[in-house]
Amino acid sequence: MSVQPYRREGASGRVLRFRFDGREYEGLEGDTLASALLANGVRAVASSVKLGRPRGVYAAGCEEPNALVQIEEPFPEPMLQATTVELYDGLVATGLPGQGRLADRPDPARYDAVHAHCDVLVVGAGPAGIAAASVAARAGARVILADERPEPGGSLLGTAETLDGRPGREWAAEEVVALAALPEVRVLRRTTVLGHYDDNYVIAVERRTNHLGAQAPAGMARERVWRIRARRVVLATGGHERFVAFAGNDLPGVMLAGAARTYANRYRVLPGRRAVVFTTNDSAYAAALDLAGAGVEIAAIADVRQAPGEAWAARCAERGIEVLTGHVVTAAKGEGEVSSVEITPRVGGGAREVPADLLLVSGGWTPVVHLFSQAGGTLRYDEELGAFTPGETRQAVEAAGFARGVGGTGVRTLRACLEDGAEAGRRALAAAGFAMPAEIAVPSAEEEPAAAPAEHLWLVEAPENDGDYGTHFVDLQRDVTVAEVLRATGAGLTSVEHVKRYTTAGTAHDQGKTSGLLTGGVVAHALGVDVAELGTTTFRAPYTPVSFAALAGRDRGPLHDPVRVTAMHEWHAARGALFENVGQWKRPWYYPRQGEGPGEDMEAAVLRECRAAREDVAAMDASTLGKIDVIGPDAAVFLDRLYTNMMSTLKVGSIRYGVMCRPDGMVFDDGTVIRLADDRFLVTTTTGNAAAVLDWMEEWLQTEWPDLRVCCTSVTEQWATVALVGPRSREVLARLAPGLAVDNDSFPFMTWRDAEVAGIEARVCRISFSGELAYEINVSSWFGLALWEAVMASGEVTPYGTETMHVLRAEKGFPIVGQDTDGTVTPQDLGMEWIVSKKKPDFVGKRSFARADTSRPDRKHLVGLLPEDPGVLLPEGAHLVETSALPEPPVPTLGFVTSSYRSAALGRTFALALVSGGRERVGERLYAPVGADLVPVTVTSHVLYDPEGARRDG
Amino acid sequence: MADSAAESTAERRSPAAAFAARFEAASAGGGLRLAEIPFLTQINLRVDPKSPAAERIGTAIGVPLPVEPGTAAGGGDLEVLWLGPDEWLVVGPDGAGPGLVERLIEAADGEHVSVVDVSAQRTTLVVAGDRARDVLAHGCALDLHPRVFGPGRCAQTMLARAGVVLVAGEDGFRLLVRSSFAGYVAEWLLDVSAEYVAGG
Repeated sequence: MSVQPYRREGASGRVLRFRFDGREYEGLEGDTLASALLANGVRAVASSVKLGRPRGVYAAGCEEPNALVQIEEPFPEPMLQATTVELYDGLVATGLPGQGRLADRPDPARYDAVHAHCDVLVVGAGPAGIAAASVAARAGARVILADERPEPGGSLLGTAETLDGRPGREWAAEEVVALAALPEVRVLRRTTVLGHYDDNYVIAVERRTNHLGAQAPAGMARERVWRIRARRVVLATGGHERFVAFAGNDLPGVMLAGAARTYANRYRVLPGRRAVVFTTNDSAYAAALDLAGAGVEIAAIADVRQAPGEAWAARCAERGIEVLTGHVVTAAKGEGEVSSVEITPRVGGGAREVPADLLLVSGGWTPVVHLFSQAGGTLRYDEELGAFTPGETRQAVEAAGFARGVGGTGVRTLRACLEDGAEAGRRALAAAGFAMPAEIAVPSAEEEPAAAPAEHLWLVEAPENDGDYGTHFVDLQRDVTVAEVLRATGAGLTSVEHVKRYTTAGTAHDQGKTSGLLTGGVVAHALGVDVAELGTTTFRAPYTPVSFAALAGRDRGPLHDPVRVTAMHEWHAARGALFENVGQWKRPWYYPRQGEGPGEDMEAAVLRECRAAREDVAAMDASTLGKIDVIGPDAAVFLDRLYTNMMSTLKVGSIRYGVMCRPDGMVFDDGTVIRLADDRFLVTTTTGNAAAVLDWMEEWLQTEWPDLRVCCTSVTEQWATVALVGPRSREVLARLAPGLAVDNDSFPFMTWRDAEVAGIEARVCRISFSGELAYEINVSSWFGLALWEAVMASGEVTPYGTETMHVLRAEKGFPIVGQDTDGTVTPQDLGMEWIVSKKKPDFVGKRSFARADTSRPDRKHLVGLLPEDPGVLLPEGAHLVETSALPEPPVPTLGFVTSSYRSAALGRTFALALVSGGRERVGERLYAPVGADLVPVTVTSHVLYDPEGARRDG
Repeated sequence: MADSAAESTAERRSPAAAFAARFEAASAGGGLRLAEIPFLTQINLRVDPKSPAAERIGTAIGVPLPVEPGTAAGGGDLEVLWLGPDEWLVVGPDGAGPGLVERLIEAADGEHVSVVDVSAQRTTLVVAGDRARDVLAHGCALDLHPRVFGPGRCAQTMLARAGVVLVAGEDGFRLLVRSSFAGYVAEWLLDVSAEYVAGG
């Protein structure tokens, strides 16, 4: 033990080695990094963010404002509190100057999330929380008990109180073990509840392997987000001690009294040798007595009150501890750490300086009301407690124990917390509809001395002649002093919210756990108003910092978003296809030819694929198109109303292309409609809009036309589709489907036939999206791969991808919804006047075509563009202007390029564009600003290839 | 090429076929069983639940259409899942599709119903064993406790980022997953199960 000079006798546990700021130390199992550093006498742990002042350990939990560290090994993690980092063998950490550094390598750990449901969620496994959970659990309710620490007990861990005659820590451990053994109870340790939302939706983060360091099992998620839905929530979140604003209150060696007590009792570490205690309430007396018992010399207790609790005063007298009533600490002094404390009577008399290396401060206790407030609960100021406590709530949530402010005198009493917790458990059970269990005995606590009222002092005023308040800190982490608060109030700010934003007090990683109320108190003092009147700042999630890795969980890398694939995907991948993301789908983009030498580039591959489709035979996996079965006696009427053109006149066995518009007349989707029977159609949609079109249909059926007897069923993935394209496609199909008459008269354009293709039941459609003779062969997706392999078996059919499809359709002037349209384009703008019915009484969008705006001559029309240099490829999105030199901005633009490709068939580049009054500009020269150049282009019809349609019948 | 057209031995392939070995490996520990049940017959049925057709259909297939939301009813080798107030999924064994479609349409006897064979639209994944509920809880927001979602319950819900039809049985859960999502869901299940399989 000699290497840990501040470790108490009798401490046990495995010795752990760690490194801090480059030096090797030893600690004990069960230590936090903070307790291990204190055991080794390390006082300055970090430095402050703005002023660079040395800072030491101030607290013993998540309220720690000072001791920020960065873990370096095994994996870098910034901005952790030394008080919440469990020590492990091999830990390497450094103290931080307020800010850390992110890791420069990917985090190898796993993170995940889980949904959980319960009748009663109890937050906090201190005395009140354990009491509440015990009552609820024994009635059979589904209970979750969550606590942020590695072991249960809450305040019992630090106070060394006894219950039923044994250490409270043991009682808590045994109770929780018994609870966890019940079938409907889940105990979550190292789990911080971060956020409390509507309907008792609660988010917590469990730290599962962080404390194991390099020994963490690889398969186990390091942190887990719990998404809990609870019928009722009991918040047994306890309290945080706060400090007082006085000169030098940030020096290493200044520490919250309750924290020092915890270090002495729980960690068996002495935070110093000789202490002065400064308090506004009775709780610090218990701390002083415990520390004295542990071997710390208590030089004096400065109590702001004239009348401390009599029993406490008597106990101090017994121990020979001097109690200075009506005194304040006016300054902590020392170079880099506390070496003396200046104590001054509040009325009259001079200051005296007491040598000490430790100054314990208790400015009172603040109930942890963060979650209650987040849940929508109101807060009210409790004069006795000097803090805000839970008030009204609109949710099934209540606070219990000290979180509710029980105790009455600003000091927690164990017995009251236990009883209050049990009561909350009973109320939760009743509310959840469970029978009350037989009487559950609340353990008996030691007799606690009657407490004297606390006096709420926020600020020790600086002497008149030295009143700069420059080291009277209110927020240690943000380096905010009373001087800055006074500057804020002096500037006219009267709201704590404004002061918070002006000074940044309460905005650090600790979110003002120790500083929030203190800042409010100082503001109230400066303005001469009541703290109650001033109110508090808003509590928002998260209660403690949470890593982005935990929030991302499993949703990263390959599982970040679903990848949807077709039945033929494995073939495409094996053939070396590159894939294009279309929504969540992976579609083959192009298939670079494999072989000797350097691989084929995209340009060469696409030109080759295009040539095969126009001159020979090629095939594409078209399975991703959306497909919807529309069935019912009114199906034809329904489709007439949704599409701009007539569908009811379509004959069974035939196919028609159709466009759907929104009520504003703008193109929403396009596709084909196949009539399978009088009352049965199969509708195809664009790949990206499959779900949107089904929703659109359901919306009209359910809200506007419930009288129509029509049902829509998605069959997108029921079918796998192969598009067989090119002048030789008929020949290939004939061989694959010997029973099918494929000549043009027997199987004309825009009809479909049922047939056996490659031995598979299929529906073959004569549709073309390229202008060439083409077929779409549909089979059950179970047979998709078999069909594709059969098509490819002879090696004469060239597979092609989406890029080639885009080039082929663009050569024919076929628009792609979402690429050549953007929600402001009508069918007429696309040159498809013919698809808008003049005969139908109504359809979605019809009214809008009567608006003057949709027939404005300067609307943007879809046109073709031919760059004058046939080798120049325009970038998609390029704007178009009329003049060969750019005028001063703002430059009037006529439109923009929507699609741009190299064409094998045309032997040159070309583009499609939306151009104002474009159809009237055919033949005109326009310019596309590209970088520093203005590229001259000629406007043409959007149909650039085979305008007479001679190729579609082969 | 000329020969291949005459062949009628084309092989079916189920959407999660590639995962069979990994599912088996993940199931070896005993706490969890992952598997695909391929090629089940699935017929999407839309009919007014109050119509005579609905009653006739129930009689014809031997399973009255369940009308309580989120429930499934079974009989013989068929199971009927409630998908919506007028929508059911009739699930049967491999190969039952064409006959079942015929029986449903016949039972409707001309009334307006919608009967669509969607057998290949979704595949069926089994998640069973003691840890099944733990595994699903990572991605499903529903309360799967037996008091709430016991055998006979079904739901259209999300598992991670994929829509699924979730069915609770005596022997664990079945997930009806869109074919194109099967790979994603399988990878997700295997990733989740890593912890449970390793931990025993």
